[in-house]
Amino acid sequence: MSEIKNFLYVNRKAPYGTVYALESLEVVLIGAAFDQDVSLIFMDDGVFQIKKDQNTEASGLKNFSPTYNALGDYDVNKIYVEKESLEARGMTIDDLMPLTYEDEDDDWAEKSSIRMVSADEIRDLMEESDVVLSF
Amino acid sequence: MLHIVNKSPFERDAFTSCMAHAAADSTVLLIEDGVFAAMKGSTVADQLSKTKVVALQSDVAARGIEANLADGVEMVDYAGFVDLVTDNEKIQSWV
Amino acid sequence: MKLSIQVNEGPYQHQCSDSAYNFTKAALEKGHEIFRVFFYHDGVNNGTRLASPPQDDRNVQQRWSDLAKEHEVDLVICVAAAQRRGIVDDGEAERNGKDATNIMDGFRISGLGQLIEAGIQSDRLVVFGG
Repeated sequence: MSEIKNFLYVNRKAPYGTVYALESLEVVLIGAAFDQDVSLIFMDDGVFQIKKDQNTEASGLKNFSPTYNALGDYDVNKIYVEKESLEARGMTIDDLMPLTYEDEDDDWAEKSSIRMVSADEIRDLMEESDVVLSF
Repeated sequence: MLHIVNKSPFERDAFTSCMAHAAADSTVLLIEDGVFAAMKGSTVADQLSKTKVVALQSDVAARGIEANLADGVEMVDYAGFVDLVTDNEKIQSWV
Repeated sequence: MKLSIQVNEGPYQHQCSDSAYNFTKAALEKGHEIFRVFFYHDGVNNGTRLASPPQDDRNVQQRWSDLAKEHEVDLVICVAAAQRRGIVDDGEAERNGKDATNIMDGFRISGLGQLIEAGIQSDRLVVFGG
């Protein structure tokens, strides 16, 4: 497939309460095989998806948070987190999992995939995308 | 850009978040329970002036709120919905 | 124009499937091509043939099936979501050792790649969800 489109995954829902976060992640992983330009946004309650310290042992639910760590291996390394959404929930970037990737253009240096952005920057990301998948 | 909102603003933050992120020249289409965002005199009515807001006529009618719509909110039928989708290159659903 | 639709909610519980159906029908009537309708999350429940809704109500699953037949619309149910929720065709029954199938005529079960492909191939992808 020759055409490259900008795929934007907009994650606005918290994990566990509903299945959307888990099944969105499954789309991202499958979609990574298609050689498209992929970006993820975590905003509103979606920021809870990448909260560190998730432990589902006592709930009996499947803890899928480690899978976010694997995104870098799938060349999914543009992960945008909205500052306003974090702040509104009393969190900072330190509350999130340290998602990283190895930069092949920089001697495989390990770098953070997380880019903190403002609501205005989120607006631009949406306007620049070709396909918006919302979950 | 076309934004589609299908949640009541009184139950979920989809409409408020959409209005906080939509560019001024975009169109916001209200469908399903999203049409309640177009109620005249509501606590979210002041957000309606931020962009062009359109409501799906059949969902407005089903909920009996046609007479309650805020001024400036246009209505479209499903054919008009299709036109909004084809006229706008980018589409985002605030599900 | 070439359009694709994503349906994320099951029938009756949520208006999502009705909206997607009405939109798809209107798009076909306007002469647009529907490249694919992709059913995900609980949306896969739109593809069971074992529902018996009351006679005075719409039959959501049947309506999709009829639309597929009339306009050759490609109705695709996500296999991963279907396996979780028990939507089964012959292939799935055999692979997973199930004693019955329930997929509605006109639907097919396939992978998530079909959704990505729809996004690549279509001029527009419209998500209907919950």
